[in-house]
Amino acid sequence: MAVIIEKNTKILIQGFTGKMGTFHAEEMIKYGSNVVGGVTPGKGGQKHLDRPVFNTVKDAVKHTGATASILFVPPAFAADSAMEAADAGIKTCVAIVDGIPSHDMIRIKRYMRRYSKNEKMTLVGPNCAGIISPGKSMLGIMPGHIYKEGRVGIISRSGTLGYEAAAQMKNLGIGISTSVGIGGDPINGSSFRDIIEKFETDNETDAILMIGEIGGPQEVAAGEFAKENMKKPVIGYIAGLTAPKGRVMGHAGAIVSAYGESAIEKVEILKECGVTISKNPSVMGDTVKSVLNKI
Amino acid sequence: MDIHEYQAKEILSSFGVTIPRGGIVYSPETAENKAREIGGSKWVVKAQIHSGARGKAGGVIVCNSPLEVAQATDKLLGKKLVTNQTGPEGKIVNRIYIEEATDIEKELYLGLVFDRASESIMVVASTEGGMSVEEIAKEKPNSIIRSKIEVAVGIQSFQARELAFGLGIEPELIRRASETIVGCAKAFSELDATMVEVNPLVISKQKQILALDCKMSFDNNAMFRRDKVSELRDKTQEEEKEVYASDRGLNYVSLDGNIGNIINGAGLAMASMDMIKLAGGEPANFLDVGGGATPEKIVKAFRLITMDKKVKVILVNIFAGINRCDWVAEGIVQALDKIEIKVPLVIRLAGTNVEKGNKILRDSKLDYIEANTLEDAANKAVAALK
Repeated sequence: MAVIIEKNTKILIQGFTGKMGTFHAEEMIKYGSNVVGGVTPGKGGQKHLDRPVFNTVKDAVKHTGATASILFVPPAFAADSAMEAADAGIKTCVAIVDGIPSHDMIRIKRYMRRYSKNEKMTLVGPNCAGIISPGKSMLGIMPGHIYKEGRVGIISRSGTLGYEAAAQMKNLGIGISTSVGIGGDPINGSSFRDIIEKFETDNETDAILMIGEIGGPQEVAAGEFAKENMKKPVIGYIAGLTAPKGRVMGHAGAIVSAYGESAIEKVEILKECGVTISKNPSVMGDTVKSVLNKI
Repeated sequence: MDIHEYQAKEILSSFGVTIPRGGIVYSPETAENKAREIGGSKWVVKAQIHSGARGKAGGVIVCNSPLEVAQATDKLLGKKLVTNQTGPEGKIVNRIYIEEATDIEKELYLGLVFDRASESIMVVASTEGGMSVEEIAKEKPNSIIRSKIEVAVGIQSFQARELAFGLGIEPELIRRASETIVGCAKAFSELDATMVEVNPLVISKQKQILALDCKMSFDNNAMFRRDKVSELRDKTQEEEKEVYASDRGLNYVSLDGNIGNIINGAGLAMASMDMIKLAGGEPANFLDVGGGATPEKIVKAFRLITMDKKVKVILVNIFAGINRCDWVAEGIVQALDKIEIKVPLVIRLAGTNVEKGNKILRDSKLDYIEANTLEDAANKAVAALK
């Protein structure tokens, strides 16, 4: 089985009938994802892309048995939609949307504390490209064809930098088990550590490429987790070597505000944790290859 | 989004924080009147710019008469203040805040930020007010006390009390100090702030607890529901090209180098800048046109980059996914039909339909240098400088 999503994972689109929701639902269906329907409040009972539309996530889950969802709702309503998914029993929810207020993200995470570990939804994003398990399913907005099927896991904050890595790997004949975009926001649903932990127990993944950037403590936390708990090799790249301190570099979370948050400091700490560092973004694929050759 | 000191003071005052009497002025004449209106015999004239460390840069002047207040205002208005936070170009002073002088007995530090590790709001306080929090952390780390706010219920009185006692505040002032801390925390939570800093928070000789200097920053993503806060934006305090960019939905940061960048995605943009540096060049900017890289955004990006006179080479690096390279290439050709580029142009396309995209560029009349990989693009951009 793949980590997080499987071939037949039943997927709902929240914000199904909107322009974004429609476009990406079509792309996901083309890729082979098992999209079973969607939710747009007030349009329940209609059909869209030959699939049923529901008013609430609860209704949709009841009638379709969906366990995953992807959000294409505007940022102002995204927190509400994510909590609705959690409450309806969705297991994996991807929030693509960029622009959710940080206070809302904290609210979502506090809300989800009501669920026990086994019941708790895995929220991925926001401001991310989503999840793909090549050849199986895509719960995201990435170009599916650049991912070759294989045994390396990718976790990336950035969407396009994750694509860059996947394309470099494909050129070298290296495939991917699952790629997870965790997004560029300061407070996100799943951290590097949360996902790296899943990869460690995934029997379809041999090594993990972690693509981080400046700002926040998450890359280091994942490195420390890897050092203590992981047997699989971890390869890392941190973007933002040239980023000035105190400036937001596009992603709301990409800002150096404390010690250990600059690219140089993160690279040093990750090295100490035993992570193999890709020295520049042009050799992410080559670095993965050299690590795989040693396994 | 940042706001001015006086705006932060007005906000915090409405949340129960005591501030010295003061008022905002835009001319020396009104300054003199304002000083008389405030009363007293000593005033502080404070240049309002979006930066700390204004005192060291000459932006804060103590005056002993209304006439001196007018003179100090005259001196500061229209001036560009250069602090250790503004960069060499400085920031223009268009507003002056006049405030009654405070007899300071003790200076404290109070700050609230998002703590990304615990994903909560953290209150940071220290007995060493007046220094920057970085300096305090370095020189007097033991003076720092912290308290985590549980966002579901907000700050509790006992937490504020613990902080106040922790700061060594005398018992009869504990209540006012706690109310001040609670007020700051409420302002933070209720207005979608990302930072509140009162530095120094002072105890005056008259035993008042006063916010002497305040800073607040807000979450840009939450401005849709904070009309009053968004009205406080002062574009004169932002870099001209950055204002142009933010008004057009582009993520742009102006830097010191001479290689201009147009890239889709923040991570890829940072990575491309890193490659430029490794190739021996310096990026002139960070510019993310968004993952989709639509033709409209590309036109805007070229307009923006060509506004920057220090740019000697332009590097375009687009990883096209669902948006396809051929579509992006058409966008670039259309953009450059409208905008004249006088410097060498390096274009690297990657992803979906890359061959088609490159063919469209080659078949166009564009004068450009084609690159294949990230490294190739950076090397060619640096080489084109010579």
